[in-house]
Amino acid sequence: MKLIIAIIQPYKLEEVKEELYKVEINLLTVSEVLGHGRQKGVAEVYRGSKETGNLLRKVRLEIAVNDNFVEPTIKAIIKGAKTGETGDGKIFVLDLKECVRIRTEERGSAAIG
Amino acid sequence: MKVVKALLVMVFVIFGFFVLPCAFGQEAALKIDTGDTAWVLICSALVMLMTPGLAFFYGGMVRKKNILSILMQCFIILCVISIQWALFGYSLSFSPGEGFWGGFGWFGLNGVGLEPYADYSSTIPHQVFMIFQAMFAIITPALIIGAFAERMKFSAFLLFTVLWATFVYDPLCHWVWAIGGWLRSMGALDFAGGTVVHVNAGIAAIVTALLIGRRKNLDSNVPVPHNLPFVVLGTALLWFGWFGFNAGSSLGANGIAANAFVVTHTAAAAAGLSWALLEWLRNGKPTMFGVASGAVAGLVAITPAAGFVSVIPAIVIGLLVSVFCFTAVSVLKPKLGYDDSLDAFGVHCVGGIWGAIATGLFASKAVNPLGADGLFFGNPKQLLVQLIAVAVTILFSAIGTLVIYKVVDILVGMRVNEKEELIGLDLTQHRERAYTVLE
Repeated sequence: MKLIIAIIQPYKLEEVKEELYKVEINLLTVSEVLGHGRQKGVAEVYRGSKETGNLLRKVRLEIAVNDNFVEPTIKAIIKGAKTGETGDGKIFVLDLKECVRIRTEERGSAAIG
Repeated sequence: MKVVKALLVMVFVIFGFFVLPCAFGQEAALKIDTGDTAWVLICSALVMLMTPGLAFFYGGMVRKKNILSILMQCFIILCVISIQWALFGYSLSFSPGEGFWGGFGWFGLNGVGLEPYADYSSTIPHQVFMIFQAMFAIITPALIIGAFAERMKFSAFLLFTVLWATFVYDPLCHWVWAIGGWLRSMGALDFAGGTVVHVNAGIAAIVTALLIGRRKNLDSNVPVPHNLPFVVLGTALLWFGWFGFNAGSSLGANGIAANAFVVTHTAAAAAGLSWALLEWLRNGKPTMFGVASGAVAGLVAITPAAGFVSVIPAIVIGLLVSVFCFTAVSVLKPKLGYDDSLDAFGVHCVGGIWGAIATGLFASKAVNPLGADGLFFGNPKQLLVQLIAVAVTILFSAIGTLVIYKVVDILVGMRVNEKEELIGLDLTQHRERAYTVLE
């Protein structure tokens, strides 16, 4: 089992979701996060003074999958989020030790899907 | 930049006319009534507050990435149309004449002085009448925003608004309310702007919604109002301001104002209640959003009738308007698939048409001797006149809006590109954001 964490551009969320549904990944957690980005985002200006902070808004996806779903998931995220410009984001793949479905108390790969 | 240039050219053309001021004869001295003047001044301020109220009403309904674009569009209309009105809008709308519009006789408010102008209001300064009407000219184009919310380019919006105010609102206002206006001469009753304001803006709304097309990802990701308390705040400000809109339209502190105030309030109350009941029946739960929508629909419907009907008909008008608007918004819209984002058509046009027809049914000379009797008071002809006024408004507004939309679309392009739409108008059109994530 793996936990896939992806940091993407907020406006790409819809496309990524669509691509994920196509490969039958429909269990995901989404949160709005701030990140220390390399790229220059869409800059904001307040009363003429340009905001200089470099924390940019991103969307973070967390998806727990069984091993055979890892590659399709990664490909789907890339397909939905890639523009080729800096700021497209990153994907992290972590080993997942355990997974428990609270309702049924199932454990392991049965609990993921 | 093209837009800025176009606006500059317009300003210069306007000032060209300024060099040739028309001399106007002095009116016979009329006595200004202090009570009337105080009342209409206060009402002007109340109606002014409706546009920011509308900004919150609409702003709460959009996604959080677009709230500033809505507030901005409403506020910039307040700025731009106020100037347009003072320079030539008021003249085009209200200077006497039987043509397409009133002409440039009162250009730059030349001749619009501090004495009463008897044909419109014999007891308040002409400038008070002018500024009261200015607030109507401001809120009308602002109502249309609901139709194309979340996808129109700001530059295109500005150009569209100025042209629409000049070539659609001003002429129609002239026909219905000005001396020599042909709908007024025909006897159409529109106390505070059911046709001129609401049907007019509502038709412009459906036309722009159809032309600009649906928002992206509507089906996969149904847009949810990002701040319902804003919607409720906006509704409260609209309801409050509407007392100025309707009761102020009597242009005096008198019995008709009292009647308009009372029926405005009861119609809004009845419509808010009725919308909630409809939801309760159909969806299982009454919602705050529903009560807010219903109250606004009720205010729209009573607008043309406020000075001509009594309380019981007002309650009937309110109870029924929610049935029509609720059907338009939650049955008709999904069925036909047009994306009138915030239901400017479903509430203002549908509610406005019902109000105009209801005026033809329930109007009574017992309420207002200067009005007329409606169908239920033995005068079926009034209903016919009301229907003609509505038909003319629909036709003229639809054609005018269509032409102006096409012109602006060719000049600057109406819609933002797909990426800008997904990122949101706040960042892409104004480089601002309404909310922070941390702190």
